[in-house]
Amino acid sequence: MAEPHTLQVEVVSAEGEIFSGLATMVFAPASQGDIGVAPRHAPLLSMLKPGEVRVQTPAGEELFFFVGGGAIEVQPHRVTVLADTALRAKDLDEAAALAAKQRAEEALKDRSSHVSQAEALAELARAAAQLKLIAKLRKVRG
Amino acid sequence: MPGTKEIRAKITSVKSTQKITRAMQMVATSKMRRAQERMRAARPYADKMRSVIANLGAANPDYHSPFLQNRPTVGAIGIIVVSTDRGLAGALNANVFKQTLLLMREWQDKGAAAKLCLVGAKGMTFFRRLDTPIVANVSHLGDRPHVKDLIGTVKVMLDEYSDGTIDRLFLVGSEFVNTMTQRPVVTQLLPVAEPPAADLQEHWDYIYEPEAAQILDALLMRYIESQVYRAAVENVASEMAARMVAMKAATDNAGKLINEMQLIYNKARQAAITKELAEIVGGAAAV
Repeated sequence: MAEPHTLQVEVVSAEGEIFSGLATMVFAPASQGDIGVAPRHAPLLSMLKPGEVRVQTPAGEELFFFVGGGAIEVQPHRVTVLADTALRAKDLDEAAALAAKQRAEEALKDRSSHVSQAEALAELARAAAQLKLIAKLRKVRG
Repeated sequence: MPGTKEIRAKITSVKSTQKITRAMQMVATSKMRRAQERMRAARPYADKMRSVIANLGAANPDYHSPFLQNRPTVGAIGIIVVSTDRGLAGALNANVFKQTLLLMREWQDKGAAAKLCLVGAKGMTFFRRLDTPIVANVSHLGDRPHVKDLIGTVKVMLDEYSDGTIDRLFLVGSEFVNTMTQRPVVTQLLPVAEPPAADLQEHWDYIYEPEAAQILDALLMRYIESQVYRAAVENVASEMAARMVAMKAATDNAGKLINEMQLIYNKARQAAITKELAEIVGGAAAV
């Protein structure tokens, strides 16, 4: 169990752990207004807006982390910030989805694209070269 | 000296190929290490996410997120296939595609068609020859995939799921077992296979901002994205490991080939010298 007057804070994103350690106070941009979390806070679960998470360490230091949104989970002696690595908004996500669809359609359209043809030609050339070499080796040995 | 010149040219050419394969092997080795580190770095997020979702699920037994519900009938399935962008990685991609085809056939027998979402250029080259619809594609993620590049592709599939056009979502990718072994694996993303069981000893409810349901859905979405991200990172690690092994084999083979040709070359050279000597001696004797 953590000490009564500190919080175990963990700030993690999908691409890596950002911070892990003790704190006396944590501030975060919750979706409905900034919140400050002191030890023995009531359990809370909230989404985060893009903004900064501030962590005050027992040593009196203050650390800042930028989060692009995400979620915060508060338990009496534990705070977990699940940070998004990218800025998220409904239309942004929508646009990304649309782009992914378009890419698929485009890639399907040029069935006989130059790339695949070039690939095939390169493969053919390689096979031909190998055959030639084998034939040559045979001749020299035989 | 018939042929010796050609053999010499061939040896030079094989040698330069060997140099390239050796360089690729070394590059793959260092990239693999970095990819492994990124795999490790992604773990805490997924673990934390799982435990929060578990707590949330335990605190709200009445809310059933569509992401958690098993649909009784499966009319169609979605598959996210993670493959590499470049070749020269042994059978890595072929194994993943084979697994995908098996999965597709398995569900086809149950009457469910498949829709594909492809991550990686190799998947596109392979699957566009089939009739299976491809609904989303993202490639050229590079050696450091980012979550933001994957959001779109995952969202397409999540939307399909929410709209009911697919009833299950699978993820096929390579599992990095170790440097020598990479296994194709199928993971069920939706419905979230087994909602992780919460530690029910400390039961509490949260204060929610905004609604519990909204938060749960948002978290589940991120959880799925993080799984796809992990698969993409793991795929890079697997790709590099497979390439490393493939390139090592290629380098060794080139070495063998060079030795063999060197032997042939020496023999031919020796034969030519002997023949010349014999001619000189023969000529001297005639005089």
